Formats: sequence, structure tokens, C-alpha cells
Amino acid sequence: MNYLFPNEAHVTWTVMIVMYPYITGLVAGAFIVSSLYHVFGVKELKPIARFSLASAFVFLLFAPLPLLVHLGRPDRAFNIMITPHFTSAMAGFGYIYSSYLILVALEIWFVMRSGFVERARGSGFMAWLCRLIVLFNLKDNPATREADHRIAKFLAGLGIPMACTLHGYVGFLFGSLKANPWWSTPLMFIIFIFSAIVSGISVLIFHYFVVSWINRWKVNEVCVRTMGRFLWGFMIVAVSLELLELLSIFYEQTDKTEVLSSLIHTKLFVSYVVLQFGVFSLIPFLFLAVHALFKVSQRVAHALIWTSATMLLVQVLLMRWNVVIGGQLVSKSMRGFTDYFPGLWEKEGLITAGVIFTAPFIILYFFHCIISLFPDAEPKEHRSIRK
Amino acid sequence: MICRRRGKGCRMSCESAISRREMLRRLFVGASGCLLVSVLPALAREDEKNSKGRKPMYAYAVDTSRCIGCCACMRACSAENDVPAGRYRTWIERYRVRANGEVLVDAAPEENFVFKVDPVSDAVKAFFVPKLCNHCEKSVCSQVCPVGATYTTPEGVVLVDRKRCIGCGYCVQACPYGTRYIHPVLHVADKCTLCYHRITRGLLPACVQACPRGVRMFGDLNDPESHISIILKQRRYRLLKPEMGTHPRCYYLDLDNEVI
Repeated sequence: MNYLFPNEAHVTWTVMIVMYPYITGLVAGAFIVSSLYHVFGVKELKPIARFSLASAFVFLLFAPLPLLVHLGRPDRAFNIMITPHFTSAMAGFGYIYSSYLILVALEIWFVMRSGFVERARGSGFMAWLCRLIVLFNLKDNPATREADHRIAKFLAGLGIPMACTLHGYVGFLFGSLKANPWWSTPLMFIIFIFSAIVSGISVLIFHYFVVSWINRWKVNEVCVRTMGRFLWGFMIVAVSLELLELLSIFYEQTDKTEVLSSLIHTKLFVSYVVLQFGVFSLIPFLFLAVHALFKVSQRVAHALIWTSATMLLVQVLLMRWNVVIGGQLVSKSMRGFTDYFPGLWEKEGLITAGVIFTAPFIILYFFHCIISLFPDAEPKEHRSIRK
Repeated sequence: MICRRRGKGCRMSCESAISRREMLRRLFVGASGCLLVSVLPALAREDEKNSKGRKPMYAYAVDTSRCIGCCACMRACSAENDVPAGRYRTWIERYRVRANGEVLVDAAPEENFVFKVDPVSDAVKAFFVPKLCNHCEKSVCSQVCPVGATYTTPEGVVLVDRKRCIGCGYCVQACPYGTRYIHPVLHVADKCTLCYHRITRGLLPACVQACPRGVRMFGDLNDPESHISIILKQRRYRLLKPEMGTHPRCYYLDLDNEVI
């Protein structure tokens, strides 16, 4: 039998609410990669440190956009900050988001200040823009660089707990809703943090390879191999946590076990069991394990890492989908399921989601036009030159 | 004396001047007027007391053993509150339990408010259960609203401020009873108000008024002589999803264990 409470025929949180944790996850993950270099001194990640910070910033700029598109009354969006109701977890969004945005913007400013100053010494619009960015202070010497470095390191250190808060908080929004059996778990925010790190590392690897191929740059071997190993480690933790959550649901045999078991075996079977775990977790796990545990050639290693990163990007998107949409498919009557698939052209449809996801990459390109995000990039050696 | 037109420095003698005493008197009268205007609504609230001189605490009771599934309540609610198509402030569930223990549940559609004629030959038990917002004492919807648009009135009625709601849908997700929805035209959260516009005028909610069998009961828990207070003392009742810790103020008499 299939019975829904009558108001449940309409799914309230759509694909936009899938995009929101996905994009904030990319932010948190990319920021943590940049902090691995800036704070923890993982020198192998230097070639990608500046790019990861810029990626975090640009994705952060777009993180609230799906929420604005989703809100019934976006004209009242700022009420969350002006008249917050602090018993609500959601009331913290404006403050957590804006303070993190300020922190990332400041860190970028200090990390890239000397680069901006160098560009500002030229002429033309870009030089003027760079002068504006550095507030017309063109001082650049070892002492200023040292000061910038110290402040950036402090901000990066401060940013790690803030990145975890930003994304853990998103997980908490779902995990704290006791009315929904699929969401209500204290593990939710930890799962969100680790999946965020996985998606962040994945997007950086994916993008770094693509940019290097387009520009015919040499891919930094040590950097991508280190990223590959980090990705493997973090994905093991993320997937294990999700499996532990599943295990506890089935082992506890509470009143929600039956309905969630039906959900997994019917509505979410393809997207959750087959795709998220079967294809997009298992294959990257095996690929990254081969890369980490066996000696493989450079060409094979690159193929394994890039393929795994791309698949894990999809895996995390599937995870967001299965959490956000999957949770709403279960009726609170515990007696049935609803259906949802977004339209193509509607306000909260697939085209809008695609545009919101693509926009940060375009902005990143413009960012790169102002100041190089890959200062250490080397052109590929041609065979003719080697001869 | 202070000149009204030119202020303190004016040395001209004119009729428009007023004394300091007069000015202070007028200021006092004005301030007292303002104070009275701001306090008046609160004084008016004090008038909303029951016969025992206490503030009312409204509650709702449903006698499930009496419901015949006529849906007069749904029709009345829809007409009274202009409920949008495809959304429900209240609904009636029909439960039919077969000999093998299988439970069939459906609800009357809002297009015609009539249950589908669908006989179950081996049904051993059948009953109707009206559902509506539980106006919980610890309402999760009020807790999670990020802008405080959902709030509880002093009489215990959970309401939505349509001018404040941002339409995020968090309350819809948080309500364990599925009684909230996003209004398709206004794009804000909407739900049963217990006909607040009626009950504050001493009338009954439209659904209670319309019920021909006295299934739905409404009254003041703070009045020990009210019908609902007496019924709840005399009859056994259950709450929906008590494990959620929401402390509903909607009491179900003779409720079957199958009802969630």
C-alpha cells in the first residue's frame, strides 16, 4: 500500500537544495586543501594552493544562489540576518556564511597581494583594477611578504574550523530534523564534512587536469599523486561513515527500519545502491587503491586519479541527491513514498542548476585573467625539443 | 515666556507665546496619550479571559469513534479559509484493516471531498480519523523558523505571519504530522489556524461548527467546566507521535494503534 499525507504530494525542497550543500561542500573541501599547504606545510600541494583558495572563494560566492532561487520570498531573504530567530539552526546561516566569506576574501587578499601589486605596476584597466584591489598600496618587499604570509597562515588556520562549521552546519540542518527518519541522525554533519572534503579535492584534481590539458601545461606529478592519496583516505572515511549509518539503521531494527529499507530497495535503489555505492564509490576506491598501493606509470596514475576524481564528484552529487530528495520521498505517515524529478526549464529545474554550477568556473577563468592561479605552471616539453 | 514663532531669543511680545508651565502641561498630556495608546492593546488582551478569570488555553479533541467520513469539516475549512487547490489544512483518513492484518489507508480528495467507493470484502475493522495541525506546545515548526514567522499565540494557537515568512520550507520539513504546505500563490508557509479569526470572536472553528456528529471538539483547557476539559478527564485519549516530544494540543479519543 502507498499512503502519503495529502500535503506530501508536493516535494518542498527541490534540486536547488541539492545544489546548495554540494556547492558549500566544494568550498569547504577546496579550502581545506589550501590550508593543508598554508597551515600544515604540505609542500607537495604548493602548485595548487592558490588555485584551491580561489576556487573556495568563487564557489562560496555562488553558494547562496540556489537558496535564493528556492526561497518562496527571496525579497525577504535578508530577514534571516535582520530578524533572526535563534532557536532555528537555519538562522545561523547568514552569520556563518558572511563571516566565512570575509575570512576567505581576506586570506586571498593576503596570499595574492604581491601578485596583485606586480600586476598593478603595469598600465591599462587590469592594472587599475589591481591597484584598487590592493587599495593603492604598491609596497612589496620581503618584509611585507613575510607579514602577508603570517596573516594568511593565521587566517587559513582560523578558516579550517569555520569551513567545518559551514558545512557541518549544513549537515546539521538535515540531521536535526527529527520528523524525517532518513535525515535524523547525529552522524549526518560528520558525513557532510567528509563528503565535502572528498568533493573539494575531486573538483580541484578534475579542474587542474583539464586546465593543464587545455593550456598544455605539465601536470605536477608530486602534487597530483599527493592529492590522489589524500582523496583515497578521505573517501574511505566518508563512505565508511555512510555505511556505518546504514548498518546502524538496519541493526537497531526500530520503527523506521522497515520504511527506510523499502526506500533503499525501491525508490533509491538505482541512485543510492547501484550508482552512489556500486559504481561511483567502488570504482574510484579501487582505482585510487591501485594508485596508492602499486607502482604504476605516470600516464596510468594520471588516468586513475582523474577518473576517480571525476567519478567522486558525481558520487558526492548523488549523495546530496539521495539525502535531500530521498528524505522527502518517505511519507511521514510511514506508509508510502512520493516521486520527484526536476523539470528541465522550470525555475528550480535542471537548466538553472547547471547554470549555477557552471558559473563559478567562468568566474574562476576571469579571476585567472587578473592574476595567475597557477604561478608555477610549466609548459609541456615537446618531443622535438627533447630531441 | 517662549515665543512660538521665533523661539527663546525673541524679545517681541506677541499673542502666540505660551508659558513654560503650559508647555510642560501639554507635553505631559501628549506623552500620557502616547503611553495609553501603546498600552491599550495589552489591556484589550487582558479582556480575553475565560469565565474563571484565566487566560484561555485552547485545545482540540477528535472523537474518532464517531466520525462517519462525511467530510463536511473539510468543505467548511476550505470555504472558510480559501485553502488553495491540492493543499489541505485538514483532511480525513479512512482506515480499513483486512482479515490478514493488512491496513489500507486513504484520504478524501479535495476535488469533491468524497471517499472513493472501493469496497474491501474481508475488512474486519474500519474507521475514519480527521487530521489537522496539532498546535503543539513545543512546536518544532516554531523552533526551526529562521525568522520567527511561525509563533504561538498566548492562547496556544500556532500561527504563521504571512508578512514575515520567507518561504524556505524548513517548517514544512520539520512538522512530523505533514500539516504544513507552501501556499502556491503567496509562496509562504500555510496551515490550520484553528480559525483564529473566528475563535477570537467567541465562535467555533469552521470544522467544529460543521461537523454533524460532534466528532471535533474545541475549547479552553484552562476552564475546568469547558466541554473539552470534562471530556479529557472522563475519556481515554492518545496523542499523535508522542515520541517526537512536541506535546500536541490535539487529543484523539478512542484512537486505534494503526494511526500514525
